[in-house]
Amino acid sequence: MSNLEKYNGVFRDVFMVEDAVLNDAFDNKSVDGWDSVKQLALTTALEDTFDIMLDAEDILELTSYIKGKEILRKYEVEL
Amino acid sequence: MNRLLENKVCLITGAGRGIGRAIAERFASDGAVVYVNDLASGDMDSWAADCASRNGTRVVPVCFDVTDSSALKVGLMSVYKSEGRIDCVVNNAAIISNKKLGMIVKSDMERMFSVNVLAVIDMIQTASRLMVRGGGGCFVNIASITGVVGSPGQVAYSATKGAVISITKSAAKELAPQHIRVNAVAPGIVRTERFDELYLSDGGKIDSRIEKIALGRLGTPEDVADACSFLASDRASYISGQILGVDGCATI
Repeated sequence: MSNLEKYNGVFRDVFMVEDAVLNDAFDNKSVDGWDSVKQLALTTALEDTFDIMLDAEDILELTSYIKGKEILRKYEVEL
Repeated sequence: MNRLLENKVCLITGAGRGIGRAIAERFASDGAVVYVNDLASGDMDSWAADCASRNGTRVVPVCFDVTDSSALKVGLMSVYKSEGRIDCVVNNAAIISNKKLGMIVKSDMERMFSVNVLAVIDMIQTASRLMVRGGGGCFVNIASITGVVGSPGQVAYSATKGAVISITKSAAKELAPQHIRVNAVAPGIVRTERFDELYLSDGGKIDSRIEKIALGRLGTPEDVADACSFLASDRASYISGQILGVDGCATI
C-alpha cells in the first residue's frame, strides 16, 4: 500500500468519509465534526500509521487534508 | 508470583542519583523494565548493568536534557520503538535553589521553572500520546510538601512544586478518558546526598524541623520510591489526580 493510500485511509477512518471527498476543500471549516477530539484522533492515527511524532505546532497546523500532506513531508513521509 | 511492576516499561527522569536512583532501584526490584534518564551517563552504564543483573530485569540508560523538547521526543521515541509501549513515566528530574525572597535571582528561578515545571508538562504532553497508542499508562510526578504547605526560603522552589501539584490534578482529569492516570508524591524532608550537605551548613534549623515529624525520623529515598512503585502499579488502577504525602506526618 502506498503512503498516499495509507494517508487517505487515515482520513477515511477518522472522518468516516469516502476517498472522493478528500480534496483541497477538505478542511476543519468545511467538515462537520472536525473538532479538537477529531484533531487528536487524526494526529494519533497519522503518528501510528507513519511511525512519527508530530510537534505541537504541527498538530495545531493540521487543519486540512492538504496541510496534512505538507506536514508529513517535514517528517520525510513522501506522498 | 509476579512482582508488582513485572514487565511494565517505565521511564524515570533524574535517575542519576538520590531519589531518582532509589526509584529506579525499586522499580527494577519490582520487575519493571526501567529506562533511566539523566543529563549525562556518568556512572549510569555500570550501575544500570549491575542493577539489572541484581534484579533479573533490564535497566537501560537514556540520556537527554528534559528541557530540550526535541531531545525528549527522540528519547521517548527510542523507548517506544524498542519496547512497543511506555507504561509509566516518573517525572523526578528537578533542581532546587533555596533562597530567601530578597536573594532570588531571576535566571535561577527561570531555570528552576524550566526543569521542574515546563519539562514536566512537555513530558506529559509527549509521552501521553505514546501511552495512548498502547491503550493507556500512568505518570507519577515528584512534588514536595513545600508545594502544599509552603516553607520559608523556598518561595521559588515551592512555587514550582505547587505547579507540579496543579499539573497533576488537571492532567489527570484531561487524560482519564485515554486511560492514563496521573498522580504525584509529595516528599517531606528526605535524607539524600544533598540533605547531608545542607545539614553541615544549617544543622540546627534542620533539627528543629525533624522534631516536627510525627513518625520521628527523616524520610529516605526508598520511602519515596515505595510510594512511586505503588502508584505505578495496577494496585493503584482506580487512583488518579492524587497527591500522596510521603512526609512521616510532618508539619514543617
